[in-house]
Amino acid sequence: MTGDAPLHRALGLTDDEAAEITRLLGREANHLELAMYAVMWSEHCSYKSSRAHLGRLFTEGPHVLVGPGENAGVIDAGDGIAVALRIESHNHPSAIEPYQGAATGVGGILRDIFTMGARPVALMDPLRFGPLDDARSRWIAAGVVSGISGYGNSVGVPTVGGETVFDDCYAENPLVNVLCCGLLPIDRLVLGQASGLGNLAVLLGSATGRDGIGGVSVLASAGFTDDADVEAAKRPNVQVGDPFEEKRLIEACLELLDARLAVGIQDLGGAGLTCATSETASRGGVGMDVSVAAVPQREEGMVAWEVMTSESQERMLAIVTPENLERVIDVCRRWEVTASVVGRVTDTGRLRILDDFGGQVLADVPAVTLHEDAPLYHRPLAEPGDRAARAADDPADLPAPKDCGADLLALLEDPSWVYRQYDHQLFLNTVVAPGGDAALLRLSAPGVRGPAGTHRGMALSTDGNGHWCSLDPRAGTSLVVAESALNVACVGGRPVALVNCLNFGNPEHPEVMWQLSEAIDGMAEACRALDIPVIGGNVSLYNESRGRDIDPTPVVGTLGLVDNLDRRPPGIALAAGQRILLLGPDVVSLGGSRWAVQLRGHRNGRLAPLDLELHARLLALVAGLAGHDGVGGIHDVADGGLGVALAEMAVHSGVGFSVQLPGPADHLELFGEGPSRVLLSATPAAAAEIAVAATADGIACTELGAAGGDRLVVAGLVDLGVAEATQRWRSVLPEALGH
Amino acid sequence: MARRVGVVLFPGSNCEYDVVEATDALGAEAEILWHGTADLNGVDVVILPGGFAHGDYLRPGAIARFSPVMAAVVDFARGGGPVVGICNGFQVLTEAGLLPGALQKNSGLTFLCQDALLEVVSSASVLTRGVAPGTRLRIPINHFEGNYTVDPDTLHQLESNGQVVLRYVDNPNGSMGDVAGVTNEAGNVVGLMPHPERASSALLGSSDGLVLLGALLDVVAAAS
Repeated sequence: MTGDAPLHRALGLTDDEAAEITRLLGREANHLELAMYAVMWSEHCSYKSSRAHLGRLFTEGPHVLVGPGENAGVIDAGDGIAVALRIESHNHPSAIEPYQGAATGVGGILRDIFTMGARPVALMDPLRFGPLDDARSRWIAAGVVSGISGYGNSVGVPTVGGETVFDDCYAENPLVNVLCCGLLPIDRLVLGQASGLGNLAVLLGSATGRDGIGGVSVLASAGFTDDADVEAAKRPNVQVGDPFEEKRLIEACLELLDARLAVGIQDLGGAGLTCATSETASRGGVGMDVSVAAVPQREEGMVAWEVMTSESQERMLAIVTPENLERVIDVCRRWEVTASVVGRVTDTGRLRILDDFGGQVLADVPAVTLHEDAPLYHRPLAEPGDRAARAADDPADLPAPKDCGADLLALLEDPSWVYRQYDHQLFLNTVVAPGGDAALLRLSAPGVRGPAGTHRGMALSTDGNGHWCSLDPRAGTSLVVAESALNVACVGGRPVALVNCLNFGNPEHPEVMWQLSEAIDGMAEACRALDIPVIGGNVSLYNESRGRDIDPTPVVGTLGLVDNLDRRPPGIALAAGQRILLLGPDVVSLGGSRWAVQLRGHRNGRLAPLDLELHARLLALVAGLAGHDGVGGIHDVADGGLGVALAEMAVHSGVGFSVQLPGPADHLELFGEGPSRVLLSATPAAAAEIAVAATADGIACTELGAAGGDRLVVAGLVDLGVAEATQRWRSVLPEALGH
Repeated sequence: MARRVGVVLFPGSNCEYDVVEATDALGAEAEILWHGTADLNGVDVVILPGGFAHGDYLRPGAIARFSPVMAAVVDFARGGGPVVGICNGFQVLTEAGLLPGALQKNSGLTFLCQDALLEVVSSASVLTRGVAPGTRLRIPINHFEGNYTVDPDTLHQLESNGQVVLRYVDNPNGSMGDVAGVTNEAGNVVGLMPHPERASSALLGSSDGLVLLGALLDVVAAAS
């Protein structure tokens, strides 16, 4: 297959890894076996660079039914309902082919969720692109959004939120993360394992083609180069999605699980059949014989290693007893899903690939070695040498803006151009749609309802901030967790679980490994203090281009529960005649702020400190206010600071305000960013009551002014018309990306 | 007796359970009708729900009109039975020739999921009977191909016959004549792009859709 270089290198294995395979097998591996190890031992599948650190995360809680390491994390939400949650990245495929990269990212994560027996009910898409003034970044952004829209809408799962961030560091390497949440009756929970000698492995869904071969090893586990030909040649490694096939596959699989016709079920994602067969066998402590000839193939002349490593989309593997096979095939036929017996469970513990059942043995390896023996790297870590200098370079030393109003306008950006392309309402669950602090959904799905009279809800928020994490990955990641939890609280949710997508640069750079390690510690610290266990995650490394690593960008997805969702929370709004309150400390910094980075190109400084104990108290207080009659608006103060948060409340509701900043009337107070702060619009009576409650909890409560009128007035700094601000807010994305 | 509503499920449909939930909440007894069976099981009302029947491949509704159930739907409609197509269901009804016109891609060439303000234009249909013309309803739209297109003579005829039952106050998709929903001459077959089932409770932000679904179900209650 290759010229002079050894085969294992072309497949993405190092010389040491190849030697280890020889040792495990007691002989030289053949081509097919090497190809199988190459995909399973890829960074994407094996987490070989990050595993050593992930164990430090906080993962425990009495409501956690399934923690990290499975297809999805699962928690007990009460009333016999469980919630499955997962987040994934499809960064590299989306850089090469934005539409299909994003679309197949959606398809892949849906399969992870219904593999657990859960019906997917919500998707969220945290997206990061290069700047809007760069034509290629605009092309990527538009393609990714239409790919999510095209696939997600058609497959029938609403996209209820996400993030859209534009920054230079993602220009060549967008971050396309996708979170999926599913609901299931607790007793339908299934794990992807094979058991029972003689049971059959039935491949469901699409025929297997040559698309996506080596996707996890060649694409996902390496950076991008400068060579246009090399990059263009990677395009066939990107898979192509078919949402209609996936829709039928979801319905068929849920029907199989409802009727208890499958012992186990496993999606075919990265590393395709190799991964699905070896994982189900090794989880079940058994072996499996797989027939290549039995796999329906999309084209002629495919060879065994292509069949075994193809990442063709919309395929699942069901483990079925022989007695149930006929009924399984009937269900699949009704949904027009192809079902083929491709494997048999054996008691040998070995994964054997045969050219046909009873035919020649093409590969024969211990199933567990494909993942459990994957290499584990303790890669060198190094704190960046310029850390102290960057911290000392404070953006507060920059000249003050001549016109704070103009800077404020430049920071407003309505993401509705993105989310109006997504069906965000299907299943009649969406109480707070995208655009709020967090999505708020009924805890309900077709076939999954709580007892009559219950009105449980769930809140979801995805959050990341590369600017903060670039300054200090540990503190920045803690801040990200804190903000995500606060977003959930702003719609009335009690945060109960979190998944993470760790987007970092090249792990062979010691500074990147240091960032990863620090971020994991920062996440662990915040999650432990706030009692939010991590129930799953994904690590995406090699996010770099032309040798430059992206800012460390851990993204978290936080799930909150609402015990009684009987009314809509007030949301990001002002109500004329109400008071405007700021809950939380007035401790901010311009380091890593949107004002400094986006408007001044200044990427240094220090972050404001986070008091996790105070933050936990604030979460409880705020979640209780979402149902308060006297509260007309709640909004988390996040990136962009007080100025942007106030302006967002005004443009969302069309109501102006007149306020005085809590500290000096300057741009640090207006645009500085700090944790644990929430803005409220409240009646005078409620404001007085809230001030008492906050003070009792040791939380500062400052009255800033009043809501009303048609101007945004910050004393001494800003005086803008609501209409002008709204116009600017609405027009940024449509003007850049098309109407 | 509870009114029996049949909600047709094509492979790729996705709003079927939402329609069942919304109509059940109004006291109806909804059931799913599988597309492969040419039998409506004696239901009083047929709803073709939203989604992507047969993946919308070729063209929305183009394959669904050949599903076996559609022969029964056509017979039911010709016999005066109430048939409502929502979104993709509207597209299927135009492809099946039960309603005039076609739904093209939105003029902005993107998918749109957003609230739309509608005005009831005519009460002469099973979905708007008893609803005063001029009534304004806030109901979401959710489609890529919702741009209603018909030849100008037919549009004029529809308008003068009172067959345009709903129009957009602020046209989001380029539809000719701002058409959001039309009915056949008899008024028993209605297609609309907005999703009344998505505006079925204050918790979801609007319950205006119940005005239409309630009218539809009352009709049957009165007849039986």
